[in-house]
Amino acid sequence: MDIEYFFELFLGGLTRGSIYALIALGYTMVYGIIQLINFAHGEIYMIGAFTALIVSGVLTLMGWPQLAILAIAALAAVIYSAAYGWTMEKIAYKPLRGAPRLSALISAIGMSLFLQNYVLLAQTSDFLPFPSLIPDFAFMEPISHIVRSSELIIYVVTAAVMVGLTFLIKFTRMGKAMRATAQDRDMAMLVGVDVNKVISMTFVLGSATAALGGVLIASHIGMINFYIGFIAGIKAFVAAVLGGIGSMPGAVLGSLVLGWTESFFTGYISSDYEDVFAFLFLVLILIFRPAGILGKADTDKV
Amino acid sequence: MLKLDNIKTYYGNIQALKGVSLEISEGEIVTLIGANGAGKTTTLMSISGVVPPRSGEVLFEEKPIHRKAPNDIVALGICQVPEGRRIFPYLTVTENLDMGAFLRDDPAEVKADMEYTFELFPILAERRNQAGGTLSGGEQQMLAISRALMSRPRLLLLDEPSLGLAPLVVKRIFEIIRKINAESNTTIFLVEQNANLALKVAHRGYVMENGKITLTDTGANLLVNEDVKKAYLGI
Repeated sequence: MDIEYFFELFLGGLTRGSIYALIALGYTMVYGIIQLINFAHGEIYMIGAFTALIVSGVLTLMGWPQLAILAIAALAAVIYSAAYGWTMEKIAYKPLRGAPRLSALISAIGMSLFLQNYVLLAQTSDFLPFPSLIPDFAFMEPISHIVRSSELIIYVVTAAVMVGLTFLIKFTRMGKAMRATAQDRDMAMLVGVDVNKVISMTFVLGSATAALGGVLIASHIGMINFYIGFIAGIKAFVAAVLGGIGSMPGAVLGSLVLGWTESFFTGYISSDYEDVFAFLFLVLILIFRPAGILGKADTDKV
Repeated sequence: MLKLDNIKTYYGNIQALKGVSLEISEGEIVTLIGANGAGKTTTLMSISGVVPPRSGEVLFEEKPIHRKAPNDIVALGICQVPEGRRIFPYLTVTENLDMGAFLRDDPAEVKADMEYTFELFPILAERRNQAGGTLSGGEQQMLAISRALMSRPRLLLLDEPSLGLAPLVVKRIFEIIRKINAESNTTIFLVEQNANLALKVAHRGYVMENGKITLTDTGANLLVNEDVKKAYLGI
């Protein structure tokens, strides 16, 4: 077995997994708080990528340095997507909070279609070239044939986001409120948690992380269109379910497992069946561990 | 202190409260008794703002609170221990107590209050690092009451604290309810199906039927009232 090829696939899987994780975290957080599969979440990621494309285009014309463009474009994407996430919750989900879960799910699918078509109309259906915002670092030169600078940045950002979110959930007041709301929303209200604020904040956080993923992967792959959110969203959703939806470590683990599965299967067997492997794996996990790898089985104590 | 004036509360199209009026003065223990489905829990949820009344008024110290959000009502000093305890199952005992003090901003005193609840219920101190969901029913009820006390309520709403508990545990809990009322002058509004017990501990009582108050008197008088005896005391 060619060890270098193995490493290449391993790192490729890590890259995919990291991006899935950035999106899957949003899915799983929203699910944890309001038990809604937010199917429009992938679109937020796509909107993040488009925002970065537009901002970086303008800044490039103005002749700004590359790293400054990356930072400002990413920041703009995060803010813009977070605003979309916040608004989406207010328009599409909040009015349906007391309604059956299916209604909110349909609303989510509607939101997803709406955002896709809105970007399709406002932009174009063609693939657009995305500038490589991440510079090639000199110190990466000796190993650049195995791992590119953009991949390194993806790993670092994903790890930083994970540490940051863990800190936020475990140690801050908002994190405490989020955990309480996830476990029992009405009771959280009764101890004085402003549940509306917690839900908004969850959407903002999830959208911001997804936007980061959008900017990084677009810059790594080099092109985007209005449809990228749908595919990435479905994959990240699979990853979240795989890891156990509602569990944040589960979302990350599920994403990495999915990334590696895709990478190794396509690398060693066939690249034509990439999605087949991913979904086959999901089916297997759901047969043997229906709650996902780290998910808690639903046991209601009466 | 608290006044409900003709409140009507609905779940969708179903009317649960058909004009409830009652009054609670500072320092009192007032109980609300009635059969299953009479609207007792709904009354508490309407006070707490979780299921706001569609019409009528809830006044807390003369100020209307029925349009306020639940968290703002807690901030005023009205705290509820809901039916079924509702402990956060994956938070430890300490974290559950800490959630009770969510709106407070005085860590030193929160800590002191936590020690006080451990004195009230020593078993909680033993279990302080255990997840709430692993406690027994009685321990969960003790934790639920302690969690509510952590917010330093001026008015404590208790929904069926005796439900599903062993008689000895119930006795202990009712002792504590009396103690909280006597020692820290916390006003208590107690909803119970165990009418006998509730009327013995309460200064005054209300009887509820089909979403309406049908009778009110002192606890002692209700205990000997013929209708109450027949319907709720099984005598």
